[in-house]
Amino acid sequence: MSHSPETPTLVVDDLRTSFTTARGELKAVDGVSFSIHSGRTLGVVGESGSGKSATARSIMNLLPPGSSQSTGRVLLDGRDVRNLPRAESRHIWGVEASMVFQNPMTSLNPVMQVGRQISEGLRYHRRLPREAAMRRARELLEQVGIAEPDQRLREYPHQLSGGMRQRVMIAIALACEPKLLIADEPTTALDVTVQKQILDLLDRLRRQHRMAMILITHDLSVVAGRTDDVIVMYAGRVVERAPTLQLFTAMRHPYTKALFESIPKVAHPSHTRLQIIQGRPPDLAYLPPGCAFAPRCTHAQPQCLGESPSLSGSDASEHRYACFYPAGTAEGESALAGNRAAGQTAAGLALVNGPATAGGGAV
Amino acid sequence: MAGVGTAHLRPADEVLLQVTDLHVEYSAGRGRRVRAVSGVSFDMTEGETLGLVGESGCGKSTTARAVLQLPRPTSGRVVFDGVDLTTLRGEELRRVRAGLQMIFQDPIASLNPRREVRDIVREGLDIWPDHRYRAPENGRDESGGGDPGPSSPATDRVRAVLGSVGMDLDEVGNRRPHEFSGGQCQRICIARALALDPRVLICDEPVSALDVSIQAQILNLLEDLKELYGLTMLFIAHDLAVVKSISDRVCVMYLGRICEIGPTDAIFDDPAHPYSDALLSSIPQLDPGGGTEDEVLPGDPPSPFDVPSGCRFRTRCPRATELCAETVPELRAVSPGRFVACHFPLTASPPDAARHEGGATSTPSAATSSHP
Repeated sequence: MSHSPETPTLVVDDLRTSFTTARGELKAVDGVSFSIHSGRTLGVVGESGSGKSATARSIMNLLPPGSSQSTGRVLLDGRDVRNLPRAESRHIWGVEASMVFQNPMTSLNPVMQVGRQISEGLRYHRRLPREAAMRRARELLEQVGIAEPDQRLREYPHQLSGGMRQRVMIAIALACEPKLLIADEPTTALDVTVQKQILDLLDRLRRQHRMAMILITHDLSVVAGRTDDVIVMYAGRVVERAPTLQLFTAMRHPYTKALFESIPKVAHPSHTRLQIIQGRPPDLAYLPPGCAFAPRCTHAQPQCLGESPSLSGSDASEHRYACFYPAGTAEGESALAGNRAAGQTAAGLALVNGPATAGGGAV
Repeated sequence: MAGVGTAHLRPADEVLLQVTDLHVEYSAGRGRRVRAVSGVSFDMTEGETLGLVGESGCGKSTTARAVLQLPRPTSGRVVFDGVDLTTLRGEELRRVRAGLQMIFQDPIASLNPRREVRDIVREGLDIWPDHRYRAPENGRDESGGGDPGPSSPATDRVRAVLGSVGMDLDEVGNRRPHEFSGGQCQRICIARALALDPRVLICDEPVSALDVSIQAQILNLLEDLKELYGLTMLFIAHDLAVVKSISDRVCVMYLGRICEIGPTDAIFDDPAHPYSDALLSSIPQLDPGGGTEDEVLPGDPPSPFDVPSGCRFRTRCPRATELCAETVPELRAVSPGRFVACHFPLTASPPDAARHEGGATSTPSAATSSHP
């Protein structure tokens, strides 16, 4: 996805992860591939159940053993890190690749002082003596913008605000200078003003440390200004992948487009009717044959119900989408026009023009 | 900001709900008091949607609950349809409360997992069997179709409200909340809230726990139901775009006080309070080229145990002077229908001229004198 010839920091190749549940095999990640170079940010966008967090956890080796299976290759700096002996892999997770989670309160240890939590990794992985590790922890707190670091080092998580806790999480993640940082919904639990502070901080640290970063979010507006490339996931698959600017200029997959249109925009006057995506995401244990989005898609044709589209696009651009009838192309527009004329799609979804009736959102 | 005053209130006979000088304090042990809401006043005319925005801890949920007397405010008046709720007790209060209903952020946690949907929606009707509904054009809706089962006024009502949220009583009546997704549970919560034909619906972050595609469905549904049932809505959300999309007027709160209140589009286009401005500049832009890295609002809000003197926003405000530390700014008109609690608002026209203009066009500010 980038033009530089050097080895990508992270290569994910045909990642497949499934969970064994009482209801059967649940395909959470279904053939995901991408790569990121150092200093760049990849945005991963999707709703709950799209497989974005499962992808991150698969990469980070954080899947529950026993109830999950994962196949595919994960290369960190060109090295296959999935099948390393335990002694070697110990100093990779949390060291070369680290992660920031959504809820900082549950990720921090409530009965351990902040300073010890930050220096823990330094002492274990880097074998720093206690004082040196503490000095480094103090530096890290300063780097992530926490005032009075000496006092904070001795405090417990409950004494900090939500924004400060997330800054501490980031300090812990950065302690061993990782090459890759995965931020999984890092600002979802935070206020909009704090969200901006944290996203700006992550951006600055990524540039300073030349890290590769994966920013996972359900919010398209979070990836809009802050990523180089974006992948959009739906039901465990990548449905669209493009350089960020290109994606926002021309959304090809009907899901991406519909997701974008369903977001209330501050630029629109109040009471602007929202475009909705009818129905709800599919049950991962009973995925429909063909394209998983077809039952909710306004472009759906008979082909979409039987065949699963693969990620493709023109060779000239890096824009890829998994759709037979993409938006903004002749095939896609004629499929949509045909469905509009017929009043419904091949999957039987009724297309209503104009404002929907009360309850027209058909859950 | 974070000001006090009642200059923005409209005449009492024109509004359905009027909240005056509301204070809510909690005891936090060791003699400390949390001042969650300090002197908030607002009003809502029938059919209006008022959006409450602000960061967590600014008192927006506390304000909404104090309207319902859950818990009772420490002081202040809440006048609903001519009755001051703070003076009511026991059954009187419970009966009036049927006219004000609430939906919450977590729809799954708001439903009793052991009860069937038909009983959940019907409970209010069983408690108030003699409840009087408003005019028949409100609340009348076609039922969900299918074979109408045993019919009674209560069953018909349950069928009608479930139908209006897009659900069919015969299909969902015997099921329990765990069988539904978050979006569907929120629809059930809305149906339950509507069963007693309330005049005011208070929505506390009703879409924050939902996925983007479901959020749009629920927001459209709320707009439709407001029309259908003639609802007046108090809508709380931290997502500014969501608030903008649904509200007629917006009230921006900070640390228990109102910063700014006025028509939605006017505030979003041209915020007058430095805090509203900071809040709006923090919204991530859906334009990949845009976005600045200016620090719009440094730091965290001060502790509600130890609030700053004067304007509560002054510790983070770029325009703060000594005046802001000494004097609590009062809400005053900056343009017709728009009120700001700031000594140095971000508007071009001087406040005195604006107040004059407001009076001349007989907007709400003209009513200032008729109020205590």
